[in-house]
Amino acid sequence: MTGRGVERALGLLAALGLLIGLYAGFLYAPPDGVQGEVQRIMYLHVPLILVSYLAFFIVFVASILYLWRRRDRADAIAHSSAEIGVLFTALAIAAGSIWGRPTWGTWWTWDARLTTTTILLLIFIGYLMLRALVDDHSRGAVFSAVLAIIGFLDIPIIHMSVVWWRTLHQPPSILRPGPSTVAPEMQVALYTNLAAWLFLYGYFLAKRLRLEEARWELNRLRMENLG
Amino acid sequence: MSFSRRVWAIARKDLLAEWRDRESVTAMFYFAFLVLFLFSFALGADQALIRGASSGLLWLAFTFTSVLGLSRSVQGELENDCLDGLLLYPAQREAIYLGKLVGNFSSILVVELVILPIFAVLYNMDLWAQLPKLMVIAVPGTLGLAAAGTLLSTMTAGLRAREAMLPFLLFPVTIPLLLAAVRGTEVVLHGEPFELAVPWLKLMAAFDIVVLVVSLMTFEYLVEE
Repeated sequence: MTGRGVERALGLLAALGLLIGLYAGFLYAPPDGVQGEVQRIMYLHVPLILVSYLAFFIVFVASILYLWRRRDRADAIAHSSAEIGVLFTALAIAAGSIWGRPTWGTWWTWDARLTTTTILLLIFIGYLMLRALVDDHSRGAVFSAVLAIIGFLDIPIIHMSVVWWRTLHQPPSILRPGPSTVAPEMQVALYTNLAAWLFLYGYFLAKRLRLEEARWELNRLRMENLG
Repeated sequence: MSFSRRVWAIARKDLLAEWRDRESVTAMFYFAFLVLFLFSFALGADQALIRGASSGLLWLAFTFTSVLGLSRSVQGELENDCLDGLLLYPAQREAIYLGKLVGNFSSILVVELVILPIFAVLYNMDLWAQLPKLMVIAVPGTLGLAAAGTLLSTMTAGLRAREAMLPFLLFPVTIPLLLAAVRGTEVVLHGEPFELAVPWLKLMAAFDIVVLVVSLMTFEYLVEE
């Protein structure tokens, strides 16, 4: 399959997954015993945040690869993944805030995981700003790779510090050892949405990389024909 | 020449240049004073409020101040192509990083030491007896701030918006360090048992080690041509 073929397939899977996810989240899964209908925002909030963590992990790995091997492709992956990660994290925080209002009674609170995620968002907004400000492309790539590595390794320390500081968040319901406490229909809805958002991430990433390749091609042609 | 002597030579150069014009330490000191002075208007005369906020205040003043010194330190290297000269110097790049770090760390620490008595006077606190304990907190806190700042200011130095970019990058990254430093200082200022500060000291140590290791491994990429 060509690059465009993969891209189309991912786009199609994402669109389908999101449709099924909407159905599963709104109709198939039962309302929560305690929180009622409000809890359905979880099917958006949790996939978004998990996919953003994945996106930032990919930025971290691609940045190390770039410093090591100096392939432009690794840098393009890091940059693209950071953009998508920032978008998804911001959406996850917004969704969480809307969820927090009826359940915790507040739009915003200095809870540990929320604070960590917000700091993560701030670090990667800085990353995108740095990229936009450095004129020399390869210098910008090196600078942001170093920042991504520092920022990513900082996350566990940030998390420890804010956990000791205070905590209020409900403990994670899926990524936890031991028997599950979530109704099977809810799990189906959650995993469908998670898969859909993963496909959407892949689709955005593929599209963004093709854009970057088109940019390289344009630069090459410009060099060839305009000298 | 051994590695440590190279580090020392670079640090000495920075400190000597700073000693001769005292430009950046004076600016840092005056800025920190202004910050502390202005904060007292926000808090008013409520002694309990001041006691509660004091350690956070102190570290905010230190952090804002260090940004001034850090950006000036690397800016000086860019003027007259000093950085190119420094790169020609027969030393590993790590020695340059460590030398700049020692220079930055020392000037920030000096400013902190001058600011502490002023803080004590302005906010009516008895710091003298607590000074050794305060230093146990301040040294790892300042080291982390200087280590992250030396690395990040190297990135932002040549940018158009460098004055804004350094805090944009530095503040989010150093949040755990500042949180730990503030809590540790609070333990000391409130006269709580010092064991309560130990977890925060460990956290600062972890931050310092991670930042130092990553900086030493990546600094050469930042200054390469």
